[in-house]
Amino acid sequence: MTLNKRFSNDVSRTLEKQGRRLFLKETLSAAAVTLAVASGLLLPMQAFASWNEVAFAADNLQTAIKSALGSDLSEASNKISIKAPDITENGAIVPITVSSSLEDVSTITIFSEKNYAPLVAQFKLDKDCDAFISTRIKMSKTSNVIAIVSAGGKNYSTRKEVNVTIGGCGA
Amino acid sequence: MVKSSIKIRAKIKNGTTTVKALISHPMETGFRKDKKTGQPIPANFIKNVKCVSNKKVLLNSQWGVAVSKNPYLSFKYSGGRSGDIIKFSWIDNINQSDSIEAKVK
Repeated sequence: MTLNKRFSNDVSRTLEKQGRRLFLKETLSAAAVTLAVASGLLLPMQAFASWNEVAFAADNLQTAIKSALGSDLSEASNKISIKAPDITENGAIVPITVSSSLEDVSTITIFSEKNYAPLVAQFKLDKDCDAFISTRIKMSKTSNVIAIVSAGGKNYSTRKEVNVTIGGCGA
Repeated sequence: MVKSSIKIRAKIKNGTTTVKALISHPMETGFRKDKKTGQPIPANFIKNVKCVSNKKVLLNSQWGVAVSKNPYLSFKYSGGRSGDIIKFSWIDNINQSDSIEAKVK
């Protein structure tokens, strides 16, 4: 915010100097607006992890897993549990809770196998966090929910089938 | 004052803080069509959600369109103290964003 203010003050001072040169002034202020908008938008963006567009656009499970986690290899583990309903009438709201007893968990990634884009969400957790995420997801049809937990540099996965009677992706 | 899009609660019990958040957001997939006009409804969904406490990023997440409308999120962490401030924020695909601060109870 202060950066933006300082920046626009600088620009307006520059503009005053060139007061007579209207054409240049207009061009500059237009540029200043563009820049201010861009920096205003970029600042909060930088605070977040960049969004993995390739992984979220992937339309099959294998590509989605590979681009989200860097590898499509994962070891099936019984130390991860997915709490989800066996049958749901409404695929638009499927409550999912993923928890794990694995040590040193860094990310939890949730996939819905038969969605148009299988990657649902990826949660990066601090080492102080428990291996626990609870949320609600959309599922287009009956399929597996897959949770992949990255722990100690390795990927572990587990799956649970959810029976969806009315799909929730609204296509 | 505009009402915040986020409702959040953080509660500490036996050393574990449980954070529960509810965001009001359409989470529009871009696949749906307006029933009256037949026009596709443009995608509008949250891309990133972050939670920070004591300058530490507890949770940083990337979301796709398959997170439900009015998203709910809960997570747990240890090492928190009663009275800590946690900051929770989101940003969506059209660069709308919101954030809220809450006290750990």
